[in-house]
Amino acid sequence: MLQGYGSTILDGAWLTLLLALTSMAVAIFLGLLGAAFRLSPIRWLAALGDTYATVIRGIPDLVLILLIFYGGQDMVNRIAPMIGYDDYIDINPFVAGVFTMGFIFGAYLSETFRGAFMAIPKGQAEAGAAYGMSAMQVFFRILVPQMIRFAIPGFTNNWLVLTKATALISVVGLQDMMFKAKSAADATREPFTFYLAVAGLYLVLTSVSLLALRFLEKRYSVGAKVADL
Amino acid sequence: MIFDYQMIWENLPLYWGGVLVTLKILLISLAFGLSLALPLALMRVSKSPWVNFPAWLYTYVIRGTPMLVQLFLIYYGLAQFEFIRDSFMWPYFSSATFCACLAFAINTSAYTAEILAGSLKATPPGEIEAAKAMGMSRSKLYRRILLPSALRRALPQYSNEVIMMLHTTSLASIVTLIDITGAARTVSAQYYMPFEAFITAGLFYLALTFILVRLFKLAERRWLAYMAPRKA
Repeated sequence: MLQGYGSTILDGAWLTLLLALTSMAVAIFLGLLGAAFRLSPIRWLAALGDTYATVIRGIPDLVLILLIFYGGQDMVNRIAPMIGYDDYIDINPFVAGVFTMGFIFGAYLSETFRGAFMAIPKGQAEAGAAYGMSAMQVFFRILVPQMIRFAIPGFTNNWLVLTKATALISVVGLQDMMFKAKSAADATREPFTFYLAVAGLYLVLTSVSLLALRFLEKRYSVGAKVADL
Repeated sequence: MIFDYQMIWENLPLYWGGVLVTLKILLISLAFGLSLALPLALMRVSKSPWVNFPAWLYTYVIRGTPMLVQLFLIYYGLAQFEFIRDSFMWPYFSSATFCACLAFAINTSAYTAEILAGSLKATPPGEIEAAKAMGMSRSKLYRRILLPSALRRALPQYSNEVIMMLHTTSLASIVTLIDITGAARTVSAQYYMPFEAFITAGLFYLALTFILVRLFKLAERRWLAYMAPRKA
């Protein structure tokens, strides 16, 4: 049915998954950093964090991808000669993709994490301090485990949006499953078949993610009080 | 100077044209998406699985696949079938504007339906009981009690969806339309200055986003005034 293109599309699917997972790791790091900035009492740090979150969330993913991928490459090659490097620098689309997606979704996650930290009752950290824990201990033993519980619904949402947004990286030439499907569609003149197959693969990816994250949510909510309606 | 905005300045009319195309696509897809979302939301709150399941499946599949794939399925994919190429609809399906609006409308209808269904389900039970006690029929209950309050309460979430849609319209540039992103791609390719071209596009989107946020804040102040915190 897929005329022998099935395996190359599966290769692409693997790349899509890899791109999504690595970008998410970068996004979690930037998201935590962003949340820490935005919750910081130091005013210029908070303003910096707020600007990052507001500006990135106000611009379409596609524009940011084109800006960072083409614009970034262009900038690197305009600046490089100034510091005495004359070869043309070609940025690897996977690396560029990971940083672009990580940078975009770090902004969205900073919002999720900030809300999650603020949802923890103040008394929790105070109780930790009263037990003689250091600030780091309070952070990692009291705040982070509870923050994860509050952050999971927002995180799930962001992960699903990120997974689907990886399709856009095919526009700048990363050979993910969308790219492979386009090549196959052009070669066989059967675009519907291949795009439908890719849609199915994305649906599998999002469905599995939903199940896995729902399980995780249950794990992290053990012992949490739920009001029965 | 490493930045050169002279060319951007000269090409501003192209960007303005792009703004109009972006707004046109946005408004058309939002209008059709919302009118499709309302019946879907009513199906999604139905207790009958025969009514609920098809709507659930529709929103699940649309929300579980990337917008780009949906757009390509409609714009490139449908041309694969001879009966579509031979049908009276072909002039529409071969137009990028029509396909982009159709794909965006379908996409936003699924997200909006879930927002409205959530809002309908969150109606305080007392309001429904009161309406029933007043002897309202089912359709009157929906027209006078459920929908007016659910649509209002959906406003904050719907404003997020509208902004997401504004950003989604940038995909129209992939199927050759000259919206804001399309204008930036044209400028970028013509003068080879991707950085300035896309930064400018980003600023236009940022401005439109802020305007939309502001408009929705005003709308909330008008229609959600009863839910605002009481002033001291």
